[in-house]
Amino acid sequence: MATATTTNGTIERWDSGVIPYAKMGYYEPDYEPKSTDVLCAFRLVPQEGVDPIEASAAVAGESSTATWTVVWTDRLTTYEHYQAKCYRVDPVPGTDQYIAYIAYDIDLFEENSIANLTSSIIGNVFGFKALKSLRLEDMRIPDVYIKTFQGPAHGIVTEREIFNKYGRPLLGATTKPKLGLSARNYGRVVYEALRGGLDFVKDDENINSQPFMRWRDRFLYCQEAVERAQAETGEIKGHYMNVTAGDMESMYERADFAKEIGSPIVMIDLTIGYTAIQSMAKWARKNSVILHLHRAGHSTYTRQKTHGVNFRVICKWVRLMGVDHVHAGTVVGKLEGDPNNVAGYYDSLRLDHVERNLLHGIYFDQDWLSMPGVMPVASGGIHAGQMPQLLHLLGEDVVLQFGGGTIGHPDGIAAGATANRVAVEAMIKARNEGRDVLAEGQEVLQRAARGCKPLERALQVWKDISFEYTSTDTPDVLATPSY
Amino acid sequence: MHLTQGTFSYLPPLTDDEIRAQIDYALANEWPISIEHTDDPHPRNVYWEMYGQPMFDERNSEKIMAELGKARQEFGDEYIKINAFDRSLGRQTLALSFIVNRPGNEPGFALERTTSTDRVQRYTLRSYALDRPKGARYRPE
Repeated sequence: MATATTTNGTIERWDSGVIPYAKMGYYEPDYEPKSTDVLCAFRLVPQEGVDPIEASAAVAGESSTATWTVVWTDRLTTYEHYQAKCYRVDPVPGTDQYIAYIAYDIDLFEENSIANLTSSIIGNVFGFKALKSLRLEDMRIPDVYIKTFQGPAHGIVTEREIFNKYGRPLLGATTKPKLGLSARNYGRVVYEALRGGLDFVKDDENINSQPFMRWRDRFLYCQEAVERAQAETGEIKGHYMNVTAGDMESMYERADFAKEIGSPIVMIDLTIGYTAIQSMAKWARKNSVILHLHRAGHSTYTRQKTHGVNFRVICKWVRLMGVDHVHAGTVVGKLEGDPNNVAGYYDSLRLDHVERNLLHGIYFDQDWLSMPGVMPVASGGIHAGQMPQLLHLLGEDVVLQFGGGTIGHPDGIAAGATANRVAVEAMIKARNEGRDVLAEGQEVLQRAARGCKPLERALQVWKDISFEYTSTDTPDVLATPSY
Repeated sequence: MHLTQGTFSYLPPLTDDEIRAQIDYALANEWPISIEHTDDPHPRNVYWEMYGQPMFDERNSEKIMAELGKARQEFGDEYIKINAFDRSLGRQTLALSFIVNRPGNEPGFALERTTSTDRVQRYTLRSYALDRPKGARYRPE
């Protein structure tokens, strides 16, 4: 690399000038990661002519203690302790990419701060000129660091107990059209969907407080809809009131109001930032309100295979930050989601122990030390006819959100909701009876539809709808080497 | 109205064979069964009356069905549900919970409102069944 031409053997580690990162201690192939280290797997493409090991060491350097030149003030520190160490670099066969494994000492990070963690690890380094591209693929969070975070305000088990709903995926819908409805008309959609059989309705991510519908009006009408639907069904319901706003004071004001009028759940968008998410998670724990997170904006950095941060890392961060729900993909719907990758996201959100599994894109074993799971939400272009695949791919602990698939039903919103509810209950019942969810799923749905006109209509209308596109992001499918 | 609490409330009422199949599924997962009943189906009424202890050691679905039969004889005009409990670490909660008996007439709920300032309302959900004394709530008048 251009900045690393100091191969003159007379230059020592502490001479002024520019020394290759690898020679400054940022590459240690013999390093044995400690159980307290934060471990990262980066996918990097070096610029032409840059040695991959040097590029990987540079990532370790730039994401920890290094600057571009030697500084004597390093010698006032136990620098070898604070230097991140790249301990392994693997080429990705058939590409110009490498996977660099880097270990960071726990002392580099402030407790309970995703902002601090990310300012180091995905900070300046992503703009580093010696790299063509960089992507954070996975992160192993050590036990000692996990225990400094609150974790989900409630988690999957407590949420189920609060809502008194067991043994099946929960069902939701996002109110459509997402923009333009008056608050009164918006509440009508919420009421119809809930009384028809959904558990939740949700604000869309960009519904905050616009001229056509201010937040307080929306909250009042939506709570009316929730209460009326509860009276019609005898079942607990909720509407995710989006409290996202331009400043924390406004978010707290909106969240407090949602709580005061009786909403069991509020939502925020990923765009509010990590620190704001952690603050809202504290609020949600303190106020006994479930916290839903919409991942608005994530695709700008999660989708491209050689750039950004893989969504599995975002899953781990949101679990630490303390939300109860997060959108994590549908596989079969309209939005990006390779089945293996999505399985890895769901595991990282829900399980207490996740094994390294390269097929699912999981690079490290990860323990969660009984930190509750986050309920994944599958949303975007799904309908009742896909229930067998959804159940097979996503399991039971998930919120399935049918927006168009409820509101677009030819016989109305409540009929659409009933179709989805009958479909999920029929599939669960059949699965429990020992039927094969995938092989016999359509037959199970058809049989259920005989006694349920709304389901019959839903299956007719959407029978040919699917979104078959090639994923832009898949794990490196090569059943990888012998490590 | 039709109370829609529980895992299978949108399906036609389960036959005894279908109930037994769900119990067998629970037992195969090592989830013990319990039976609960109530005449107060308010959605926030968490603590239905337990019909005996949870059957931690009962692995025979026929015997559980016999217990259900007894519960139905005694409380046939109330709601009865079957719960399956998962004690595994990280769950320690119900894995399945579904209604297996309903009163012949489900009168539903009244939504009572107290209007407050700034268009805020306070809501109270009240079961019409509670207009009558405990034990007589679903009996024919």
